[in-house]
Amino acid sequence: MPAEGAMKTALEASVQEPRIVNSSAAIELEGVTRRFAGGGRRRARREPVTALEGLSLRVAEHELVAVVGPSGCGKSTLLELTCGLQQPDAGRLRSPPAVYMPQRDLLLPWLSALDNAALPLRVGAHPASRAQARARALPAFAEFGLGGFEHAMAHELSGGMRQRVAFLRTLLAGKPVLALDEPFAALDALTRQEMQRWLESALAREPRTVLLVTHDVEEAVVLGDRVIVLAPRPGRAVAELSIDLSRPRRRTDPAVLALRERALDALGVPS
Amino acid sequence: MRAALLVLIALGGWEALARLGSIDLLILPAPDQVASALYDDRSLLWHNLAVTGGEVLLGIAVALVLGVLCAFAMHLSPTLRGALYPLLVGSQAIPIVVIAPLLVLLLGFDIRPKLVIIALVCFFPIAVTTLDGLAGVDRELLKLMRTLDASRAQTLRRVEAPAALPGLFSGAKVAVAVAVIGAVLAEQAGSSDGLGHLLLQAIPQLDTARAYAAVVLLAALGIALFAGLTLAERHTLPWADRVRGDQRT
Repeated sequence: MPAEGAMKTALEASVQEPRIVNSSAAIELEGVTRRFAGGGRRRARREPVTALEGLSLRVAEHELVAVVGPSGCGKSTLLELTCGLQQPDAGRLRSPPAVYMPQRDLLLPWLSALDNAALPLRVGAHPASRAQARARALPAFAEFGLGGFEHAMAHELSGGMRQRVAFLRTLLAGKPVLALDEPFAALDALTRQEMQRWLESALAREPRTVLLVTHDVEEAVVLGDRVIVLAPRPGRAVAELSIDLSRPRRRTDPAVLALRERALDALGVPS
Repeated sequence: MRAALLVLIALGGWEALARLGSIDLLILPAPDQVASALYDDRSLLWHNLAVTGGEVLLGIAVALVLGVLCAFAMHLSPTLRGALYPLLVGSQAIPIVVIAPLLVLLLGFDIRPKLVIIALVCFFPIAVTTLDGLAGVDRELLKLMRTLDASRAQTLRRVEAPAALPGLFSGAKVAVAVAVIGAVLAEQAGSSDGLGHLLLQAIPQLDTARAYAAVVLLAALGIALFAGLTLAERHTLPWADRVRGDQRT
């Protein structure tokens, strides 16, 4: 991959501490609580469900924080709060504009790959014309390993390629924060590993502040600058691991394995 | 192909029944008599087919405009949806046979009561399937559009409206089948031409071959409209076949 060299330098630069942080592109949560009405059949029986309780978290500019936890730990709620799709019931949350990337690629079947990626440019307060949007998305296609697939329709692409187009769409939204909801969960193991590498190189080219939700502890350790472990009912942070390892990380690296064990311990999974 | 074979077999059976059976040919004409009627009365039949076809096309056009407008309005306003949906369902319970003559009294012998009746029967499938298509858009996709700062109108234009097109086509296909029946009922309630009017005249005169010929033309009209819609759908929505399976989950 031609991006390899550029990726390494940018990634090496990113592990230097202390980082100079532009506070305006950081995400800050202080004691954030979010509750939902329960799902009981009778209104009287509905106990409010606490999706997140007293969560405090800071994601520095261009940091990638991976959030792991079992289902029901409020991972998706955290992303939606960050994107402003929900409001906290208590606590304080500050985030620069964030764009949401759902688990499934949700490419629009009536648009080409290029037009799908360019969708963010065609909406908003100052929508671009179709030609303008295409012209702006086109260079990114080659750069992110999608050259030659511009005119393919969504159904003609493989799962990994679809996810790349979806991620490019997320990037082209031009927001400082990316909220990724299990972006590789639907892919087979091999494609997932390939996509993790690809994500690293893409972020090296286009640094963003990233909140990555995943149920895959290994993925969290391989990709994250930090890993936050959430426990369910109510969703709360039970551990935080700093991953000070150089990239790209190998999943068989003893240090990666050790961190993975620690995260699994925090989740209460017997190893 | 298989449909053509089935028709041939049915025609053979019919011919045999008519020729060998005890039923008077005046009551049940043989297929070859119907074919001769189709040819001999071609100018009469053609004229009436053109009248009925025109009514059906215009009626469907009216139903499309009203149905789609209604679906969008109901999609955008839950209040309107709650208010209109029962009325929509209720409109389908109206016995067309009974109100058709009333509409003719009200609107006259011209095309207007026909359009009202055809639109009334076609409107429902179009509105319902379009509304389902609009409301069936993945909620995750709507969240994504919100974080892309898309306005309500932009989401409607870029995502929801295209996603509703396959539903609109499905509704229109159901509508063309009932539109033909609606046109015949409307013509029988009061008109001076059209295939429905022709049927009304031919049957009491025991001109059954001509009546069956009119029925054949009505069926052909329905099939032609359906085929036209299918072609139009393939042309405008080449992607729809691929996604129809996983869209309705």
